[in-house]
Amino acid sequence: MMRLLRPLIIALGLLLIWQFIVWLTDAPRFILPGPLLVLETLFKQFPLLMHHAGVTLAEILLGLFLGTLLGLVSALSLVTWAGLSRWLLPVLVVSQAIPVFALAPVLMLWLGYGMASKVAMATLIIYFPVTAACFDGLRQTPTGYLQLARTLGASRRAQLFQIRLPAALPAFGSGLRVAASVAPIGAVVGEWVGSSTGLGYLMLNANARMQVDLMFAALLVLAVMALGLYFSVNLIARRLTPWVNETTSSAPRGDSP
Amino acid sequence: MDIELRHASLHWQQHCVFDHLDLTLPGRQWTSILGQSGVGKSSLLQLLCGIADSAVIQGEIHCSDGLALHGRVAWMAQQDLLLPWLNLLDNVLLGARLQQGRRPTSEQRELAGYLLQQVGLGDRTTTRPGQLSGGQRQRVALARTLFQDQPLVCMDEPFSALDAINRLKLQDLAAELLADRTVLMITHDPLEALRLSDRILVLQGHPARLSEALEPEGVIPRAVDDAEVLQHQARLLRLLAGETV
Repeated sequence: MMRLLRPLIIALGLLLIWQFIVWLTDAPRFILPGPLLVLETLFKQFPLLMHHAGVTLAEILLGLFLGTLLGLVSALSLVTWAGLSRWLLPVLVVSQAIPVFALAPVLMLWLGYGMASKVAMATLIIYFPVTAACFDGLRQTPTGYLQLARTLGASRRAQLFQIRLPAALPAFGSGLRVAASVAPIGAVVGEWVGSSTGLGYLMLNANARMQVDLMFAALLVLAVMALGLYFSVNLIARRLTPWVNETTSSAPRGDSP
Repeated sequence: MDIELRHASLHWQQHCVFDHLDLTLPGRQWTSILGQSGVGKSSLLQLLCGIADSAVIQGEIHCSDGLALHGRVAWMAQQDLLLPWLNLLDNVLLGARLQQGRRPTSEQRELAGYLLQQVGLGDRTTTRPGQLSGGQRQRVALARTLFQDQPLVCMDEPFSALDAINRLKLQDLAAELLADRTVLMITHDPLEALRLSDRILVLQGHPARLSEALEPEGVIPRAVDDAEVLQHQARLLRLLAGETV
């Protein structure tokens, strides 16, 4: 019961502090609108907000899908061909030294103002965490499993797909969780740099017109969307690895039956 | 089938652990090698299983039927090495799953179920290993080893991670299920070797040498309070401990 109540109490507390600051500073509504005003705007502008939210969500989901797929394929190639990893790994690390945000204007130039450049941003921003997590997971297969597989006459292919890949799934799951939490950043940054739809565009536009209440409403929608995405991905990751929780909750090994 | 290992040598960090070591495993007999940690007994076993690092250990293996030993050894390690994402039945079927690249046949599934029954876990086929205790997990590992049905079974301290009671129970079970098979067991526990083996060899010294085979009398598994077992145990313990003094 408390587990359900706690987030509600925290949310209510934060709203109260917000309202309190508004009262205390007597800030004008175009500097800091109160929570009630933001909620009112949220309801009034709901169709508009949903229209833009839909675009952003599509960008995030597409980016998440492409980034995860690319990351997984890269990690698999890196472990399959040892020579490849020697050449490609330094390139990957160097590529991370370039902030993705700095690439946004170039992507805009190349891919246009439509959804493609935002999807590319989201893909780029999650590609590295997913690749790194999968690669680490695939490399850290317990040697015992692999030795056993060899005595059982398993081919390299069978070892990869039936031993190393499932053993890497928990690590893949944490990569996915990181991806789900940073993908919205990629999409929104893309929208800020140049677009005509999406929550990022709406926020920038509202801000310029002093419609700070609308900006806050868009921010709220974005936050709810990001949270929803994170928890869905978390659920999927846990479904993918049902054995992980069992092992930690079961009796310690070595106990009598 | 007899298996012979000749001129085995193990070098570890430019240091010779053993050299020109010969080992014969007579068919349908249980041979145990006793020795302290670091004497190279696990490497010797891994050489026979074909999973040793060839830069470290080398040797010639001959089988009495003239064929190569490679791919005909079932390995059971100290850790159960059960895959946590597979249920017990699929863990027993692992060899079939890895080799065929397709679903195991119904006969294979039946055999795996029967073997799980033999180790006392016939009603837990769909459980995942995470829910089992250490003793139960090692039973499943034993069933997986039996499922492979290879001419040679190599066991590397298979029961050393278990508590005393479970260890005795599992020794009895292994003796029953592995009767009449060619078995090589590595252990540091003289009692375990004496309960289960037809022949016991001690690996020790610098460089390490194999002792003359000790062949205890009596029906396997021998009782823990058997007079001969106790007498041999005392002697073997003195022999093993004598080296460190």
